[in-house]
Amino acid sequence: MKSLRTLTLALAFGAAANASAGEGQIAVAANFTAPMKEIIAAFEADSGHKIQASYGSTGKLYAQIKNGAPFEALLAADQKRPALLAEEDLGEPDSLFTYAIGTLVFWSADPDFVDSDGEALNKGDFDKLSIANPKLAPYGEAAIQTLEALGLKEAMEPKLVMGENIAQTYQFVDTENAEVGFVALSQVMEGGEIKKGSGWIVPGEMHAPISQDAIILSSGADNPAIKDLFGYLKSEKAHAIIQSYGYETK
Amino acid sequence: MFLTDTDIQAILLTLRLAAVTTVILFFVGTPIAWWLSRTRSRWKGPIGAVVALPLVLPPSVLGFYLLVTMGPNGPVGQLTQALGIGLLPFTFWGLVVGSVFYSMPFMVQPVQNAFEAIGERPLEAAATLRASPLDRFFTVALPLALPGFITAGILSFAHTVGEFGVVLMIGGNIPGVTRVASVQIYDYVEALEYGNAHRLAAVLLTFSFLVLLALYAWRPQQRKL
Repeated sequence: MKSLRTLTLALAFGAAANASAGEGQIAVAANFTAPMKEIIAAFEADSGHKIQASYGSTGKLYAQIKNGAPFEALLAADQKRPALLAEEDLGEPDSLFTYAIGTLVFWSADPDFVDSDGEALNKGDFDKLSIANPKLAPYGEAAIQTLEALGLKEAMEPKLVMGENIAQTYQFVDTENAEVGFVALSQVMEGGEIKKGSGWIVPGEMHAPISQDAIILSSGADNPAIKDLFGYLKSEKAHAIIQSYGYETK
Repeated sequence: MFLTDTDIQAILLTLRLAAVTTVILFFVGTPIAWWLSRTRSRWKGPIGAVVALPLVLPPSVLGFYLLVTMGPNGPVGQLTQALGIGLLPFTFWGLVVGSVFYSMPFMVQPVQNAFEAIGERPLEAAATLRASPLDRFFTVALPLALPGFITAGILSFAHTVGEFGVVLMIGGNIPGVTRVASVQIYDYVEALEYGNAHRLAAVLLTFSFLVLLALYAWRPQQRKL
C-alpha cells in the first residue's frame, strides 16, 4: 500500500512538473541529426522542456505526417515538403522559416584522397561515387547539379551509387564501399573542421542553395514547448551550433 | 502503358535475381538439408539455428554485416579483391550473395522436412539391393522428396522477390543492376509519386498472391496421393 501511495505521489508531482515544462515530439531530416541533438540538449537545459526527435528522410517523415504520425513540427531537408504541409492545412504557414542552409562536400574516408580544390573529382580515379538519390534528397539534387556544372555528369553516371538519404550516402563512403561521395558537410564536420577523411567543399554557386525549412504542424500549434523550440532555433546560441556543423544560417 | 520502362526493368531484374538465387540455393541448400536430416552430430542444433537465423534477424542486421564484410576492409571484400572479382556491394552478384543467405531457411527447411519424412526404411531397402549411397540419394531420396523441393523452390523464389531491406543496404539503387521492384516502389513512395507506387505495388501483390495460391492449391493434392 505504502509503495502505491508513493507511486501516486510521484506521478502527481511528475504531472505537475510537466505542466510548467512541456513536452514536444518533432521530426528531423537525417542530415541535421548531429546538430539537432546538440541543440535539443542545450534547449532542454535552458528551458526545462523535453523534446523527442525522430530522424529520417524528409520524404518518409512527410508521408508519415500525412498519415497521422504524432509529430508536432518538422525540420525538413528541403523547402518543398514544409510548403506542401502548409498548403494541405497540416502545418502552420506563419511558422515556416529556413533554419539552415546546407553545404555539400565531395568527401573520401581516405585522408589523402581528396584535395581542397576538388581535382580528385576531375581526375575520376575511383570506381564508385556515392550520392543521395536526387529524386528524393536535396543533397542528391545538388550533387547532380554540381556534376553538370563541371561537365562531368555523363562521365560519372556509370560510377554512381545512390543512398536513399544522405545518411546512407555517407555510410557507403565511410565503410569505403564507395571511394568518394557527395555528402553533407555537417556529417564530416565537427567544431568547424573536417574531422575525418578528406574533402572538397563544393562552392555554393555550383548548385541551387540547399535551404532547409522548418514548420510547426497543426497538432503542435498550441504547444509552448514547440513554440519555444522554434524561437530557440532562431537564437544566436542555436545559430552558433548550426554553423559549427558547416551550415549557414539566415 | 500501364508500367513505365524503369518499372519493367526493375521487375525483370527482380525475377532474374530470384531465379539465380533459387538455382544456387538448390545446390547449396540440398546438401545442408540432407546432412541436417540424417546427422546425429552435436553440430546439428547450431547449424540448424544458423540456417534459420534470417527468419528472425532484421534485414538491417544482415545488410549491415554484408556491407561491412564485403567492403574493402572486410574479410570477404579482401578475398574478392584478391581473387580479382572486385567488391560485391552495389553489384548484381552482391545482391545474389545477400539473397542466398536471406532465403536459405526457405530452401533448407522444406527440403529437410521432406528428407526426414522419408525415414530410414526406403533407404535401407535400397541398400539391401546394393544401391550405393550416391545411388540411394539420387534414385530414392530425391524423387521421394520432390514435393519438398517444389515447395522450397517456390518459397525461395517468392521470398527473394519480396526482399527489400538487404537490397536497400547493399544495393546502391543502380537502375538495371540493383534497383529491384521493392526498392523502386519505395522510391516512388518517398518521392510522393503514389500513382506509380500503386501500379507497381499492385503487380507485386498480384504476383505474390498467385504464387502462394498455386502453392496452397497444389499441396492438398499432394496429401491425397
